[in-house]
Amino acid sequence: MKELVCITCPNSCHMTVEWKENRWIAEGNQCSRGQQFAEDEMTCPKRTFSTTVRTAWKEIPVLPVRVSEEVPKEKIFEIMDIINHITVRKNIGRDDVLIPNVLGLDADVIVTSNCLKEYLDEKQSLLQAEGKSAV
Amino acid sequence: MTYDVVVIGGGPAGLAAAVSAKKAGADVLLLEREGSLGGILKQCIHDGFGLMRFKKKLSGPEYAERFIEEVKELQIPVGLWTFVTKIKKNPEGFSVWMVSREGVSELQTRTLVLATGCRERTARQVSIHGTRPAGIYTAGTAQHFTNLQGEMPGKRCVILGSGDIGLIMARRLKLEGADVLGVYEVKPEPSGLTRNMVQCLDDFQIPLYLSETVTRVFGEKRLEGVEICKVDEQMQPVAGTEQRIDCDTLILSVGLIPENEIAENLQVHIDPKTKGPVCDSSAMTSIPGVFSCGNAFHVNDLVDYVSESGELAGASAARYAKIQSVGVAQIPAEAEGEAAYVVPQCVRQEDVRGKVTFYFRCKRTLGRSELVVKTGSRVIQKKTFSAVRPPEMERIIVDLLKTEEIREPIVFELREVGA
Repeated sequence: MKELVCITCPNSCHMTVEWKENRWIAEGNQCSRGQQFAEDEMTCPKRTFSTTVRTAWKEIPVLPVRVSEEVPKEKIFEIMDIINHITVRKNIGRDDVLIPNVLGLDADVIVTSNCLKEYLDEKQSLLQAEGKSAV
Repeated sequence: MTYDVVVIGGGPAGLAAAVSAKKAGADVLLLEREGSLGGILKQCIHDGFGLMRFKKKLSGPEYAERFIEEVKELQIPVGLWTFVTKIKKNPEGFSVWMVSREGVSELQTRTLVLATGCRERTARQVSIHGTRPAGIYTAGTAQHFTNLQGEMPGKRCVILGSGDIGLIMARRLKLEGADVLGVYEVKPEPSGLTRNMVQCLDDFQIPLYLSETVTRVFGEKRLEGVEICKVDEQMQPVAGTEQRIDCDTLILSVGLIPENEIAENLQVHIDPKTKGPVCDSSAMTSIPGVFSCGNAFHVNDLVDYVSESGELAGASAARYAKIQSVGVAQIPAEAEGEAAYVVPQCVRQEDVRGKVTFYFRCKRTLGRSELVVKTGSRVIQKKTFSAVRPPEMERIIVDLLKTEEIREPIVFELREVGA
């Protein structure tokens, strides 16, 4: 028997998990997500995580990203290393995919903010306005 | 022109307040001292936001941008880089003075929503002695460096305090390759949410030391080390337990205090327990026409609750701007037993015939507990909790409609009822 704290939601249910009749059975969880969390935790612990990726613009030096789905916990640092070798050089925004199907894990690394897009769009419209006034 | 509602602060509370006031038909202006909206959520890149409201694990920017886009769609005017310097009551409402890129200006409004958030306690407020080297940051400052500026605050980090931002920064710095030597908590139990203890510390083998604190810092230009001490039951350092740890960074996550400078200048009544304004069930403070929400009202642990409180304040301000009514009779709400505080602190007479959402925190960690909501000798509602912890705020919707007329205070009594 193992004690676990479910991290699926802020309820933080304290659970016990036990191998019974060929499967892991959780107890103490308030919802079914606790059972799923316990099964994963005993077989292949999975997590989501967030980080930033470097950009080519000094005004918005980094862009926040996260994995779209849970990935095996042990793969987190490997994915971090891939992200840390990327520099964003084009206009991308929220929900855009930075790395599709990262390490073949059926999860994408996605952008979680429009901060770069807004900055670049504003810069673009300022340039256009200047171009017009020059004519 | 006189605005119906001026919202001060463009974080999650202010965004929700501006949207809900606008939807209620008010002329709204949103003021923000920074160059973009979103408040602290801009730098909270971790996920877990919006589980209650959107049933999704969003990152801070994703959560904020949902509201920012609504502000844009509703064409709510926004003043960025705008800092409010002075507010004065006038017969029609309030005069607001501010500084922006256009210089100093003044505007008129019927109501105010104070959504100014909270501030982090600093090293000086927790009596850390020694030199003043670089390398000592609040968790929020370290988060700003890492997540917005893309700079690491240091390589060998010690974290003082187990508040949520400290735990989240412990994980963040570890992910980016720093050595996180440990989290030191002066109290005998952790201050953060349990799930953050698991996913930020346990997952990354970052040790947590309870009943230990930082008593001194060393280093001239840059931090070179800290002195750690065990503490006794009164949280006083125990002589002879000093231990030096070499590090270049000390990160403080030692509590948040509601930011209420503007409210205090308006002489809004502040609750000594929450450090925020005393508010009624419409989010109105002791000054008619002044509303408070989010972390300026009381420190929340979930942004979903902050948005909810902003929505209430915005809608109430819009209504007040139109009808200028002041509820005369108010029924106080009081915390008893193991309940540390309950907000709102009073219920307006007109809300006594409806449902009111209350939030409370317990004084200490308890097992199975029961909350009894009563007035006089009458029990209005009961709710049991499998466990309660001071860092985890609880929410309860109290249905006052089904009870007979309420004249006495509404008492929230929390008791442990055993396993």
